Amino acid sequence: MSGRLTNKQLEEKANTIRKDIIRMLEEAGSGHSAGPLGLADLVTTLYFDVMNLDPKNPEWDGRDFFFLSNGHCVPVQYAVMAERGFFPKEELMTLRKWGSRLQGHPERTKLQGLENTSGPLGSGLSQAAGVAYSLQYLDHDNHRFVYCVTGDGELDEGNIWEAAMFAGKYKLSQLVVFVDRNNIQIDGNTEDVMPLEDLAGKWKSFGWHVQEIDGHNIESIQDAVGMAKAIEHRPSVIITHTIPGKGVDFMEYDYHWHGMPPNHEQAKEALHELRTLRGKIKGEHE
Amino acid sequence: MSDFKLAPKVYDSPDMEPIRAGFGRGLKHAGELDERVVALCADLTGSVQMDKFAEAFPERFIEVGIAEQNLVTVASGLARAGKIPFTASYAAFSPGRNWEQIKTTAALNDQPVKIVGGHAGLNTGPDGATHQMLEDIALMRVMPNMVVICPGDSVEAEKATLAIAKNGKPSYIRLARDKTPVFSTVDSPFEIGKAYVLKEGKDVTLCGTGTMTYELLVAAEILKKHKIDAEVVHVPTIKPLDEATLLKSVQKTGRVVTAEEAQIAGGLGGAVAECLGEHLPVPVKRLGVMDRYGESGTPREVIEQFGLDGKALAHKIQQFVEKVPQYKKGY
Repeated sequence: MSGRLTNKQLEEKANTIRKDIIRMLEEAGSGHSAGPLGLADLVTTLYFDVMNLDPKNPEWDGRDFFFLSNGHCVPVQYAVMAERGFFPKEELMTLRKWGSRLQGHPERTKLQGLENTSGPLGSGLSQAAGVAYSLQYLDHDNHRFVYCVTGDGELDEGNIWEAAMFAGKYKLSQLVVFVDRNNIQIDGNTEDVMPLEDLAGKWKSFGWHVQEIDGHNIESIQDAVGMAKAIEHRPSVIITHTIPGKGVDFMEYDYHWHGMPPNHEQAKEALHELRTLRGKIKGEHE
Repeated sequence: MSDFKLAPKVYDSPDMEPIRAGFGRGLKHAGELDERVVALCADLTGSVQMDKFAEAFPERFIEVGIAEQNLVTVASGLARAGKIPFTASYAAFSPGRNWEQIKTTAALNDQPVKIVGGHAGLNTGPDGATHQMLEDIALMRVMPNMVVICPGDSVEAEKATLAIAKNGKPSYIRLARDKTPVFSTVDSPFEIGKAYVLKEGKDVTLCGTGTMTYELLVAAEILKKHKIDAEVVHVPTIKPLDEATLLKSVQKTGRVVTAEEAQIAGGLGGAVAECLGEHLPVPVKRLGVMDRYGESGTPREVIEQFGLDGKALAHKIQQFVEKVPQYKKGY
């Protein structure tokens, strides 16, 4: 790993990622806005600060693993991977287009660096658990970690709780899961569609170590990962509270933006907000 | 003629063994040959014959509980970590319950996850319709990247298990529960994607898969008495289908009957009809389960009630041959 970024630099990276997400989605004309914007701080921190990886050798056998279980949020992963050097940034504008490696939902066989194929919800956690099981029990390699991001609406899926039981039974201590707790899903707020609370209690009762953090505070993310890695004999879940649509006023907290891209005017306004950090910076370069 | 020699006394007093027993031996052997082979089970370890592997390699055996969706998706992760995972349950539950997970995380994801569907077909007997999986061939055959194998007996199941351990592809293997005749021998060939002519004939081609191949051999003997000279082709791999062997046989016989312990829609019958429809449109009669569910009974009773024993098959084949002329050029 070459020179680590400061947390200020990580915040700026995350802001760059948000701008890329807006541009990608506008260009694609379809896709999900709220989740990817909300996850920008977390995924940026994972790829630039937390995970051992080599963008020039994505299959490097010393790497940590990243599983995106809620595949519809993949624009944030693509944007971060490009920024990290896995592929050229120009390619981001091919998202969801014919012939692109950047499929609407992530496909491992299309793009090196992706660990799984996901989109249908509820299965990424099991796949991450499978890798974590292999590292812990078959490869006896305790230096590598498996990071998995799930949505909160995704936790409606039974497959998730099958995986949660499995990881608890086998005490998969190299598995670190982030639940993107943004409280929205397609049909509305999670607590209206299908209540998840007491969410921390649910995971705890399945044998997991549970933390709750502000998903927009980079230091909190770093601290929580440190704690998760230190915990032995239990898998870790970090309930990561995020604001859906984070960084763009008219998208924040609004579930209607779950599955919608911005049109040209909306993208312009969103980029203006992100460039100026909502008016904090005056000299905006268009 | 292939070099497929039938077991001695195959018509009089064949050895009887459940197909799943061959899988159990094959899996243990595969584990001995390659330490990347791991086995996952959903609370049916003895029933699907994973116990031999579990005893020999406890560190490579993973019990996931009654959770078929997790079964195959954890396996997908293990494959990502470089392992060759065999997942076993009853076919009614895997792929019956977890088809989407198999599609997304094994097939589309192109990982060498092995799906072992135990207790498939009517042969599951007394457990009844919920457990007599009849739709699995169709379900798995439509999935790109997936290999679909339905061994004819326990000896072949052992070879098929070893073969899919090495093929690097997502693969489905269908196993029957009850004892059935062993018609192959340890020396019989088995290769993924190959069909085998077990008996030559000129009047009609009989294509069987799984337990139905033996019943077709019996039927062919009965048909001899009615002066019908049937060719019997065993089709253990349904996908990829051995079109060359099928077409070669059909060019000679001009008529085809298929038999399977499964729904004919989308099953072996479907696969054969699709192939012939495009390449050589001869008359086809598909025998199997005709758009209905199974019922409780002893395995043999159920097979007979569905008209899939050798005698009943012979009767239906005879009617077909007498009614429908052989295809000729310019037909």
